[in-house]
Amino acid sequence: MSDTHAHAVAFVRTDQLPQQAPPVTAAGPVKWVRENLFSNIPYSILTLVAIYCIYAILSGFLPWLFGGVWDTNNIRECREVLDGAPGGCFSVLTERWNQLIFGIAYDRAEYWRPTLAFVLLFVAVAPVLFNKLPSQMLIFTGLYPFVAFYLIWGGTIFAPIMALLGFVMGYLVYSRLVASSFAAGFFGGVAAAAITWWIGGFVVGAITPEQTFLEAVPSRDIGGFMLNMILGVVCVSLSLPIGIALALGRQSDMPIIKWICVVFIEFVRGVPLITLLFVANVVLAYFLPPGTNFDLILRVIIMITMFSAAYIAEVIRGGLAALPRGQYEAADSLGLDYAQAMRLIILPQALKISIPGIVNVAVGLFKDTVLVSVISMFDLVGMIRGPILSSTDWNGVYWELWAFAILLFFVVCYGISQYSQWLERQLATDHR
Amino acid sequence: MTTMTDPPQGTFRLSMLINDTRYRSYTFQFIALIVLIAALAYLMSNLFANLAAAGLNISYNFLGEPAGYDVQQTLIEYTSQSTHLRAAWVGIINTLLVAFMACVTATILGVIAGVLRLSKNWLVSKLMSAYVEAFRNVPVLVWILVINTVVISMPAPRAYRGETPDAEMLFGLIAYTNRGIYIPAPTFGPGAWLVVLVFLASIAGIFFLRRYAVKQLFDHGRVVKTFWPSVGIFFVPTLLAYFVMGSPIGVDIPALAGFNFQGGTQIGRPLIALWLALSIYTGAFIAENVRAGIQAVNKGQTEAASSLGLRPGRVMNLVVLPQALRVIIPPLISQFLNITKNSSLAIAVGYADVTATLGGITLNQTGRAIECILLLMAFYLTISLLISAVMNVYNKSVSLKER
Repeated sequence: MSDTHAHAVAFVRTDQLPQQAPPVTAAGPVKWVRENLFSNIPYSILTLVAIYCIYAILSGFLPWLFGGVWDTNNIRECREVLDGAPGGCFSVLTERWNQLIFGIAYDRAEYWRPTLAFVLLFVAVAPVLFNKLPSQMLIFTGLYPFVAFYLIWGGTIFAPIMALLGFVMGYLVYSRLVASSFAAGFFGGVAAAAITWWIGGFVVGAITPEQTFLEAVPSRDIGGFMLNMILGVVCVSLSLPIGIALALGRQSDMPIIKWICVVFIEFVRGVPLITLLFVANVVLAYFLPPGTNFDLILRVIIMITMFSAAYIAEVIRGGLAALPRGQYEAADSLGLDYAQAMRLIILPQALKISIPGIVNVAVGLFKDTVLVSVISMFDLVGMIRGPILSSTDWNGVYWELWAFAILLFFVVCYGISQYSQWLERQLATDHR
Repeated sequence: MTTMTDPPQGTFRLSMLINDTRYRSYTFQFIALIVLIAALAYLMSNLFANLAAAGLNISYNFLGEPAGYDVQQTLIEYTSQSTHLRAAWVGIINTLLVAFMACVTATILGVIAGVLRLSKNWLVSKLMSAYVEAFRNVPVLVWILVINTVVISMPAPRAYRGETPDAEMLFGLIAYTNRGIYIPAPTFGPGAWLVVLVFLASIAGIFFLRRYAVKQLFDHGRVVKTFWPSVGIFFVPTLLAYFVMGSPIGVDIPALAGFNFQGGTQIGRPLIALWLALSIYTGAFIAENVRAGIQAVNKGQTEAASSLGLRPGRVMNLVVLPQALRVIIPPLISQFLNITKNSSLAIAVGYADVTATLGGITLNQTGRAIECILLLMAFYLTISLLISAVMNVYNKSVSLKER
């Protein structure tokens, strides 16, 4: 066929043309720019506006950042050094670093204590966050709260040891009794721990030495970003189990328990955190036995934990509701009782579904810890607004301090949300 | 659960309260109730013991006493001789004002940012992600204080003085100073109510015209043009009424008098800081909700609509948006609730919202901590329950009617 065709017409090319490079406008960066930035007129205008915005921000920001002064003792010296040039007085950060991060609790020689506690925090949470790590590390995670408490607050070492002993006793009794029924194990464990603590209280009081290895630190001196971290970590870890309990209670068939949980959750979610902090500050003392004096940090931890527990409960309730009915029925048909079904079948799946929501609550909670500055606690924001900006040395250095606060919170919160996205990908067991 | 074997009939033994699943829940509930009552009784007895020891009582009489403090920005009449109750009302109205303003601007900002983040323009979508991530990951209190600092560093009113002032009014109408922003205010002369009435009536007229057009389209297949008639109805009657009544509505432009601006409406510095910060912060969250809502609409829906021959604008209006709104609106309403609750941070910049008046100055002056905080919580609870009720009604109305 092709032969006859070749003879019938005057000329037919027999060899293939060599490939040519695509036109400049259809390949490489030019194509990318045309498609992504200037594909049509409205987009081009948008692009130009965006470029102008970026230019306006950077032209103000970069000279300020790179022209900054890092080693002066107060704002007057800094202004002399700058001499009218655009630049930030970042020396406020270097000079007040310890105050911004740790508050005023420690001597210069003792900053290793909170620093060590901070470093150990990563060791402690690593096995929880990454399940590829050896599970023996979880033992350290269990010990960490007591270690960190001792490092940060100091004082007698017997107090955290007694607290730990209470948990150990509780766990021993629980593991003894749980074989017969979960409820017996749980309540037995709680009772054993309570008895240990009660006895331990007398023991610690009796054997407290005059000189302690780590000097005791009063809670009201603890501040700076460390206070935000303490509140964030403690309240998130405490509110998870309480939130799970509340969520299960709200899903329960027992009307009284259900209504207790519903009222608690809706009440706490309906009021702003700041009113709860006011309660911690001025009202909570009225509800405690006369003569008791609660630490303000402890009162704040109680209220923030209640607050975040209610939010986490709602997230987990969403996870429980999203689980197919068949899972509950399958657990029942295997003959598992309520506690077993929840522990082995329902909660692992429901919690997995709720991870993004829980992380959102955790990030929100960590951000909300700055509200304690409103009830005159000196966390990072309180420290900036109070002692630093009102001191004669640094009165007027706003932008550097706020930029520092923004940077710290952004790093932590963005890191947490990136971790949660990674975890979601890890836990995705459906094959899509 | 116990249908496999018949439950043993006959005598009820006490141990069944623990071991029999039919009765065990009653035991648990009974224990829970007892524990709850005991705990409440314990707290209450502590409360009364503490109050008695401090010589206090629970009484709301302080609400009728003169407050004795001034409030910067009020929408209703208030002097320092007004009662604490009046101060609380001022605070409530201020809370609602800032919440409403922030809801409107946050929605606008959030929708724009959410749509632009999905745009195919690489630079713009990256810029919007940067905005969303930056504002979502930093506490709103920090943003409120930062924007407060921005407002403080605006020129003082005296910068507008002199032959060659350091600062100039925007378009000659708006003055931005470190005490707040001064904007022109409308003044209503005699007969202004008629103009307003005509304006409202013409809005209603446009609404009915649109409904009539839709009805014609659905019932008879006739297309009624609505754009130019709407524009006409919007402007012509109002302008006619305005000139017939002799221009009763004027504009009061702020002007420098002495050390400060006079005339116009002043939006105080704290209100601006709070309003902008809440709008920008919540706008970032709303942008995420909008993006999720648009992405939740199946691509097949867009393709199906296009294959029916709908133009892109109609695809958006008739197919994508109605389905996306079903996903967007519930989280949007809870963001509005968040704005209302976050507006309690007003206390950090000195805006006189209800937390600052009732929960701040009134509490400190009278020492009635329990009463003030109870009232404060009751207010916020009412608002949030109202908003949840609205949300439930909405969810019912848009829920998919499954057969």
